Amino acid sequence: MISSTSEIILSIEDLHASVEDQEILHGVNLIVKEGEIHAIMGRNGSGKSTLSKVIAGHPSYKVLSGSIQFKGKDILELEPEERARIGIFLGFQYPVEIPGVSNLEFLRVATNSRRKELLKSELDTFEFEDLVNERLKIVEMDPGFLERSVNEGFSGGEKKRNEILQMALLEPVISILDETDSGLDIDALRIVASGINRLSQPNSATILITHYQRLLNEITPDFVHIMADGKIIKTGNRELAIDLEKSGYDFLDKTTKEKEVTK
Amino acid sequence: MKSSTICKEWLDSLPTPEGYLKNEQSIGREFLLEKGMPSKKDEAWRLSNFKKLNSFLSLPTLIDSEDVQFIFPEKDENRERIIINPNKNPILDINLPNGIEKLNNREIEDNIGTIVKSTNIKNDISVCLNQASSSELLALKIKRNFNQSLEIVIPSIEGKSISTRIFLLLEEGAKLDLLQIFTGNKNSAQNHLTEIKLESKVELIHGLISFGEEKESSSICTLAVEQSEKSKYSLHSIHHGWDYARFEPRIIQSEGEASTIIKGLQVTKSKEQIATHSLIRFEGPNGKLDQLQKAVASEYSHCIFNGSIEVPQKAQKTEAAQLSRNLLLSKRARIDTKPELEIVADDVRCTHGATVSQLQDEELFYLLSRGIDNKHANSLLLKGYYDEVISHFPKSAGKWNFIEKLIQDIKK
Repeated sequence: MISSTSEIILSIEDLHASVEDQEILHGVNLIVKEGEIHAIMGRNGSGKSTLSKVIAGHPSYKVLSGSIQFKGKDILELEPEERARIGIFLGFQYPVEIPGVSNLEFLRVATNSRRKELLKSELDTFEFEDLVNERLKIVEMDPGFLERSVNEGFSGGEKKRNEILQMALLEPVISILDETDSGLDIDALRIVASGINRLSQPNSATILITHYQRLLNEITPDFVHIMADGKIIKTGNRELAIDLEKSGYDFLDKTTKEKEVTK
Repeated sequence: MKSSTICKEWLDSLPTPEGYLKNEQSIGREFLLEKGMPSKKDEAWRLSNFKKLNSFLSLPTLIDSEDVQFIFPEKDENRERIIINPNKNPILDINLPNGIEKLNNREIEDNIGTIVKSTNIKNDISVCLNQASSSELLALKIKRNFNQSLEIVIPSIEGKSISTRIFLLLEEGAKLDLLQIFTGNKNSAQNHLTEIKLESKVELIHGLISFGEEKESSSICTLAVEQSEKSKYSLHSIHHGWDYARFEPRIIQSEGEASTIIKGLQVTKSKEQIATHSLIRFEGPNGKLDQLQKAVASEYSHCIFNGSIEVPQKAQKTEAAQLSRNLLLSKRARIDTKPELEIVADDVRCTHGATVSQLQDEELFYLLSRGIDNKHANSLLLKGYYDEVISHFPKSAGKWNFIEKLIQDIKK
């Protein structure tokens, strides 16, 4: 799906960011073009989730320097809801439970916010039910989950399916999926991965944040990045993920040391 | 002006005791004359805003017929509506569905005040204010084994203070779905007393929506319920929009073996103060209580909850759970919550808990990250917070637009 004329969707340059006055990102650089699937791997605490939250505009994270551009436009001044509306989607590692808020109503309001941005007509309850029932099939989700409160009492797998359902409804330009594979059994992983694959479009892109190579058996990434200490320290193709799976993160320490020796 | 002087002046402004409530009026007035208005030294009133309470008593109590102008949403076709018009004798002027009858004078005499007496354990001022000034009573019985829905509307009158009183007797095996609506008006006060007696095997679902809406409206409302064995009572209440409101539900399970569910919500903004003082007393074994009290306070407002539960020696095997959950939406708002459990029986299961929190940032970010704007996200979260209480109201209550009112003027 990638061609030399593909447009750049996301461009991150020398991004430094902190949370609670502690700098977590120490200069991240990343370019994502249309049609691309990127995987970001790395140890716990390497800054992967922080990067995803910063892109989505979480108010607890502060950008210290650097830039994030979406389709050539600086998004750092945009509120999280504005980023979402222009097509930035964050699939949460731990989707939040919101008691008392109907999942169906939440999905409808969110979908209409995005449709408004796309200059599409807003959907009334009946029209939305038709749409959501069609999209439920992508994640093989029981319609009963629409009647419940947002993520309340959902199992880990059901929460992740609900995330992909939102992705299917919002039709984002870029989806950043933060450990969507964590807590999933093999069957659920296949369903979720197949959903992500079906939703990939030539003019959209996906960033998968993951610990394990098993998700990448289901979704083939074009690029694999390894993060450590708040930076992307290595970029390669799918082979890099396979190497990582074989030798563990220790091989990173080795390569880092080698670099230091060469210096 | 001193509160004792205000109370005296208020009592002087009332017409001479007369009619079939003459005795009740005298009891209330004598008590108030002797005891006067409460002060900060009275535990049950110490957090009360006395300035607001005094202004409650400063409004005229005489109603002219031209004062009374009400516009209400259309009534539900399956639910008979009674509007308490303080200018008329409500007993003479209502159509009642089959299965609901007015109490005759003898029945009124036999029952009046008995429930107040049995539930009125610690403080009597709210009740006495009503006894002293109510000149009419809506007294109904829901006949044995009947299943009815009823709506009772109690409106306020601009510039006036009104007193209204209701007595309901639910005969054995009766079922009632009761929706009680209190509305405020500009510069108005209402003082209300409802007494309900549930005979055995009665099921009463009681929705109570009380919204002031207008500036300077205040309300003092006492609800006294006596439950016989095997009766089930569910109370779902909302108080919102009053400059000053005090709600005192007092429920007694007179023989134990009964079940009580209470889901209450009070929402304040601006400089409002709304208080709920509940008392549930078990007078026999195997009683059950499930109580949830929620409060949301924004701007400079103040919410108070005092929840007493009394389990004497004879109330063995009582199971009572009380939870007070509170949401503070501004740094200047205040919430006081106090559970008060008095347990003498030794074989019981009683739990209580209280939480005060703010709207969860992670919940808000989750909604924002889906493109939902801040205002809409906040109202979705609030609606979610209210849901545990409002989901129990019948669909027809939606005509009163209470959910919209609860959400529209809350500012974070």
